[in-house]
Amino acid sequence: MHFHSKNSDLSQIPKGIAALIQQQSADTNQVTEPSRRSFLKMSVASGFALGMYPAFAQNNKAAPAGLKAFQQPAAFVHIGKDGGITVTINRLEFGQGVHTALPMILAEELDADWSKVSAVHGSADPAYVDPGFGMHLTGGSGSIKNSYMQYRELGARVRAMLISAAAAQWNVSPDILRADRSTIIRADGKMLSYGELAEAAMKLAVPEKVSLKDPKNFKIIGQQVGRLDANDKSSGKQNFGIDVRLPGMLTAVIAHPPVFGAKLTSMNDSAAKQIKGVRAIVKIAVDRGGEGVAVIADGFWPAKQARDALILEWDTSGVEKVDSVALLKKYQDLAKTTGKLHFKADVSKLSGAAKKISAEYSFPYLAHAAMEPLNCTVQLSADGSQAQLWVGTQMPGVESVAAAQALGISPQQVSMHVQMAGGGFGRRAVPSCDYVIESCHVAKAARSAGIQAPIRTIWSREDDIKGGYYRPMHVHRAEIAYDEQGQVQAWDHVIVGQSIVAGTPFEGFLIKDGIDGTTIEGMRDPYPIPMRLSVHHPKVNVPVLWWRSVGSTHTAYVMETLIDEIARGAKQDPVAYRLKQFADKHPRHTAALKLAVEKSGYNKRRLPKGHAWGVAVHESFQTVVAYVVTASVQNGQAKLHTATAGVHCNLAVNPKTIEAQVQGAALMGLGMCIENAAITLKDGVVEQTNFGQYAVARMTDMPQVSVHIVPSADPPTGMGEPGLPPLAPAFANAIAKLTGKVQRSLPFKLS
Amino acid sequence: MTKYSLTVNGAAKSLDVVPDTPLLWALRDSLELSGTKYGCGVGQCGACMVQINGVPTRSCMTPVSSVGRQKVTTIEGLDPKASHPLQQAWQELDVPQCGYCQAGQMMSAAALLKDNPNPSDADIDAAMGGNLCRCATYLRIRAGIHRAAEIARTQKGKK
Repeated sequence: MHFHSKNSDLSQIPKGIAALIQQQSADTNQVTEPSRRSFLKMSVASGFALGMYPAFAQNNKAAPAGLKAFQQPAAFVHIGKDGGITVTINRLEFGQGVHTALPMILAEELDADWSKVSAVHGSADPAYVDPGFGMHLTGGSGSIKNSYMQYRELGARVRAMLISAAAAQWNVSPDILRADRSTIIRADGKMLSYGELAEAAMKLAVPEKVSLKDPKNFKIIGQQVGRLDANDKSSGKQNFGIDVRLPGMLTAVIAHPPVFGAKLTSMNDSAAKQIKGVRAIVKIAVDRGGEGVAVIADGFWPAKQARDALILEWDTSGVEKVDSVALLKKYQDLAKTTGKLHFKADVSKLSGAAKKISAEYSFPYLAHAAMEPLNCTVQLSADGSQAQLWVGTQMPGVESVAAAQALGISPQQVSMHVQMAGGGFGRRAVPSCDYVIESCHVAKAARSAGIQAPIRTIWSREDDIKGGYYRPMHVHRAEIAYDEQGQVQAWDHVIVGQSIVAGTPFEGFLIKDGIDGTTIEGMRDPYPIPMRLSVHHPKVNVPVLWWRSVGSTHTAYVMETLIDEIARGAKQDPVAYRLKQFADKHPRHTAALKLAVEKSGYNKRRLPKGHAWGVAVHESFQTVVAYVVTASVQNGQAKLHTATAGVHCNLAVNPKTIEAQVQGAALMGLGMCIENAAITLKDGVVEQTNFGQYAVARMTDMPQVSVHIVPSADPPTGMGEPGLPPLAPAFANAIAKLTGKVQRSLPFKLS
Repeated sequence: MTKYSLTVNGAAKSLDVVPDTPLLWALRDSLELSGTKYGCGVGQCGACMVQINGVPTRSCMTPVSSVGRQKVTTIEGLDPKASHPLQQAWQELDVPQCGYCQAGQMMSAAALLKDNPNPSDADIDAAMGGNLCRCATYLRIRAGIHRAAEIARTQKGKK
């Protein structure tokens, strides 16, 4: 089979992004072209140029003209004389397993000896763009989905080059040679190892077209493969961004304004200066036009002590001081009015229908709270004209440009060293590049203060919890009419919530007709519902961001609890009701749900007294996940006991990682339901400061989660996020069965 | 600044810090042992867990001045060959995801296994409740502790 990557042309990249919108929009043809134009316009206007700087592509000299940087093996594969194979990954590894899965994909087509394979992170080099998005991005659950063909092709190209090198050395036709476990084998049994051939092979011309394997012959893809980073992560050897250590390096901690965007009016740093180890205290510009103060010290402890000892006064007159209670009221009022229309079905049947639901839902702001606090280390050259950054980032290309702008140097003078990150869940993909830009401001201010040393800026956990970029708060309102058979006659739906991408470089292609696609993703489909959907995007002085599974964090909850309510109202089994709705139009939904039902023993096994079943199914990032859960309510506390997942992600590259991703996403979804899983504001100040006030799920919250994957050989779809959305509604549906009450706001309030 | 002499992973280490410096930052910034992680600084997440005289201790809440001659063990010193039964089990079961919290998890788990070589799920939950994992590797942590207990029993049988 000859393969031509359909994403191989960078000029087609906006189509990759449009594909995301496609899921959310009925009329995709209208989306693609304007999106492309506005994306390109955005790119030029903002200087992001597709996030492609700096342009240091390590192109093969002998590569044919038709190949893009991301199709050329030299930037991705290094084979040592000892046969060790190092694969460069073009994404950030932060727990999701791409550090293993991408090398597996490449090693498969390379016919590599897996025991010889290791992985390293790429950089902001153009070779490491996401071929689907055309920019450096770990996000949208796209790592495997968008690089499956790319890494297969890369592996196949290297295999072809190794075969050519062996053919030349033996002076035989390449047709009589085959590859197996890092060895080229001749018909007569003679062998040459990849280590012996690599140097000659990598000098050869890169073939433009290569044959790929039939998936049924895969030896590595599809196997339960152990993580390449498991050993280092079990021994304290794994370094993360926060562990970067450079000679003479100093540490900075920033005092951010208490209200987002506030200005500094006065600073008394006399107590802070007395703290041993403090080197400099400097004013810096911070995110959202605010001002802050950075303390630079020998280590984190003196820097944080001194930061906390600063006496600062702030001018908050120019910024909105948000109050969560008042904001909720405002959202609730807005939700009673029609916003900008997305789905435009006729809802006149709302009056006079047999059965009705009138429901209002609310969701709080949520912090990502990754275990590794945000950090970024900046080293400037002696004359300040060049910079090196060490940072765990999901968007090194965009951030290299942002860093260059902050430092007043050209993007080509910025080197990004992508570091393994301790989680992220979206917080390391910030379009405003807040923590990277602030770290650059610190480095620049330090230089002005006479400090030559590299500076590592670290956020305390309090800075992380209070520092913004939350999953937006939302209110949903639904008016539903359905008949005795459970068929929906009309569904009028309003969503109120801040746009995540408004005002960012992503605005041009993710906002359509004034509606942010990330707000409405997951609404209506796959149910054949006559829905009118409208959206209000209030502007609020709280920075917001994608949070693992983005819009589906709330849309799946609303859709799947309402669908369940309709099924209950029509006295139908919630599984049978959904299967009937999917009919033959949504075979992946049907397969995922049926698998979860079968493996869970739904309605076949008897549950302990006081326990109930709950079901939900949702597609996000092109993967369908269905949960069948069991839950109970004891002493006014809801408890999730088991969750059985049916997953349709097409071909499962590494089932072991998929299981871990689904289990992890399930608990993060459950985490939205537990007490104190909310960020609230008073007088513009975030009220939570640390894990004591902002709850994240612990081991005692963890249910048994069993993960079952629908077999498929189709190209893989997203896996980092889709396990999250259906968990909370499945749990809520079980609770509704037990209590007769649908939990209409998160986190749950049972009493 | 005050000079301190600590025993870390069996070796004498000296450092010069202010007395209220938490052991965590003494380890990370002064002694360059960065396997112990900062997660919250207030004893809520367990990422900074070390052992002091074998007792699991949050190093972020432990001033250097309070350590004295007690023996500090960090993830780097859990086993000289990094093949403690927990480490074997962690690798065998692929416990880590992002891996950031795992040093703290393993230091808590190691202390548990020392006191209770055959813990139940409830024992594990009780001992590990103070260790957060945002990736939610909890099921594999539980399984990993059971597996490590098994490995330790086998090793003991061989001796």
